[in-house]
Amino acid sequence: MEIHKYEKAWLVGALVLIVFFISTVAYVTAVTGVDMVDESGGTIHPDDVSDDERFGDPRVEQVGENEFEVYMVALQFIFRPDPVEVPEGSEVTFYITSDNVVHGYQIVGTNVNTMVIPGQIAEITVEFDEAGEYGVLCNEYCGIGHADMEGKVIVHPEDEWEEMQGGDD
Amino acid sequence: MATFIDRYPFEAKVVRYTFAVSFLFLALGAIGGMIQALHRTGYLRFIGDITDGSYYTVLTSHGVFLVIFFTVFFLVGIFTWAVTKELDRELGNPRLTKYWVTSMTVGAILTSVAIIGGFSDSVPMSADVLFTFYAPMGAHVLFYLGLTIFITGSWVAGYDWFKTWWDWKKENEGKRIPLMTFMVLTTMLMWYLGTIGVAVEVLFFLIPFSLGLVSEVNPLLTRTLFWFFGHMVVYFWLMPVYLLWYNVLPKLAGGRLFSDPLARVVFILFLLLSVPVGIHHQYVDPGIPEGFKFMMMTNTMFLLLPSLLTAFTVVASIEHGARQRGGTGYFGWLRTLPWGNPAFSGMALAGLMFAAGGFSGMINAGMNINYLVHNTFWVPGHFHLTVGTAVALTFMAGTYWLLPQITGKRLAAKKAAAVQPFLWFVGMTFMSNAMHRAGLFGMPRRTSEPQYEGFDYEPAFGTVAEIDAQVVGGGILLTLSTFLFLYVVVRTWMGTRVSADGGDEIIDDEIPPALSGPEDSPRVLDNLKLWTAIAILLVILAYALPIAHIASQGLYEGSEYFPMLLEVLTA
Repeated sequence: MEIHKYEKAWLVGALVLIVFFISTVAYVTAVTGVDMVDESGGTIHPDDVSDDERFGDPRVEQVGENEFEVYMVALQFIFRPDPVEVPEGSEVTFYITSDNVVHGYQIVGTNVNTMVIPGQIAEITVEFDEAGEYGVLCNEYCGIGHADMEGKVIVHPEDEWEEMQGGDD
Repeated sequence: MATFIDRYPFEAKVVRYTFAVSFLFLALGAIGGMIQALHRTGYLRFIGDITDGSYYTVLTSHGVFLVIFFTVFFLVGIFTWAVTKELDRELGNPRLTKYWVTSMTVGAILTSVAIIGGFSDSVPMSADVLFTFYAPMGAHVLFYLGLTIFITGSWVAGYDWFKTWWDWKKENEGKRIPLMTFMVLTTMLMWYLGTIGVAVEVLFFLIPFSLGLVSEVNPLLTRTLFWFFGHMVVYFWLMPVYLLWYNVLPKLAGGRLFSDPLARVVFILFLLLSVPVGIHHQYVDPGIPEGFKFMMMTNTMFLLLPSLLTAFTVVASIEHGARQRGGTGYFGWLRTLPWGNPAFSGMALAGLMFAAGGFSGMINAGMNINYLVHNTFWVPGHFHLTVGTAVALTFMAGTYWLLPQITGKRLAAKKAAAVQPFLWFVGMTFMSNAMHRAGLFGMPRRTSEPQYEGFDYEPAFGTVAEIDAQVVGGGILLTLSTFLFLYVVVRTWMGTRVSADGGDEIIDDEIPPALSGPEDSPRVLDNLKLWTAIAILLVILAYALPIAHIASQGLYEGSEYFPMLLEVLTA
């Protein structure tokens, strides 16, 4: 089969580009540790959500010095708990499930973005290095009130957080 | 010389009919698109407020009417034209042909009725589930039944073309499969393979689910089956476009196709790789192990290859054409191209936008960077360049060239036709670019009102108001362009018939042979059985484990039915 020399050059160039793309992703996945949302969160039947030890009482829980876990349920058309409040510099692992239809959980303007599928628990770990209020929205059509489905993550500066904790005692 | 309609009156009638249905859905879909652009941005909201749900009825119709009915009805028309014209023989069995035409029409009507029922509370029917119809959201059973009847019709259409080719082969022993027919056959093989996913999803899960025969389904499984089909379908939209770009565009530019063998390689690559990539739509789905996602990403990246090869061949063929017309210099030849011919300008502009869409597609394909754009406005920004322009605009441009052949009438309203592709290009430049940018700061897709109480978007540059203005302005230009196209079609259709003996009024329908013909390529390229076997093997390798993993969590277990109908009634 006769292939023109420019055509050959283009073919080789295209293959190099493709391999380059794949290797960049392989590199960040393997080396810098970008994790994909995957099966690690486990599964839960939607009927069991309200009686579940974690999801029956959706909450933010401190599990280490700077580590938090959020057990969240996406409902039509709210997120519980809301808002999620954590201190600056914390590492927060979200466990999110749905007891009805498919939802999405996205912290606006960041790469925190996962589908919330009934039956599945999405697990996603986020480091909040900057204090501030972050908007949250549902990015999968979930019924007529979908556009109203929003929430908030409030990342408090450390001193403010300590004050808040003190106030609780 | 007599043109298509004189030689094959029955087939010409079939093509006219499928084109007419296709364009009817184009008109309805375009109106839906305009309503959405006005509503989302807040410019004009007349279809009810946030608690009404009509927006999602419009969105479902916009999606299904355009990407299923507009595209596929056009496809069956152009494939019928291509096979008949190239093999120079009629479709063997008119009753079979009538069957699939009827089946597809009935299916499209049923599904459309189910969708449109969503506008009225007094009609006990709705299907506000969008084009992806993710369970456990449920549509009226008519929605799924219609799609089933429609798709089985398309399967029979494929058989009709295969049968025609088999009959041709008997009389043409040892000859290579002519190029357009080769494209039709490989595309249909791809379609048979990929529609298995949606057929299983609909027949075994969603129809029983919507009838209450099963009380639960596994939503992750049905999603995965949808995307088994859902990425292949984008190439099903694109393959008739490639057929036109490879066979008709070079000729319109004044030249010939650069390489026939490479065109075959491209179509084989699509047959092999278009299905085992579907999970790249599920990068951020829980429940699917990372390894499967990475594997599908690798396949996806290799799928860039056939499109990159197409870019080369198409541009090389156009340049050849331009130089035949006296074009010179590195870029000077661009000036000699027939930009005033809407069939050429439409396809060339569509190709240019497809390149841009390809770049944003590469971003979507990277599984880590996808986090940033998944389900944002970026995504419809991307596919309005691909299906919304590469496909839609090429179909329109192709129509300008084909309509005279199937109606026997000269193209009317030539000035309107000459302006139309440019209007589309400008409109889409504004709309798509604005959508991409909005996605980058997190504005979501698929929502009636992307304005929130608790936060404001933070655009890297520009403002939300300016982006909204571009979406609406672009949308208006696109709607105008669509109706300009439809005006040209109607005017042409109502024109007077050119006599068959023609005289000097010859309707152009000639396609010159490629510069490098099929004889330059190994015969193994035409071994459809071999390529189909490899394609099936690749699908099994890619999908067996992910589907087994997901199915092991229960087939009919996971989530109860959420009919969208109920919500509308109780709202």
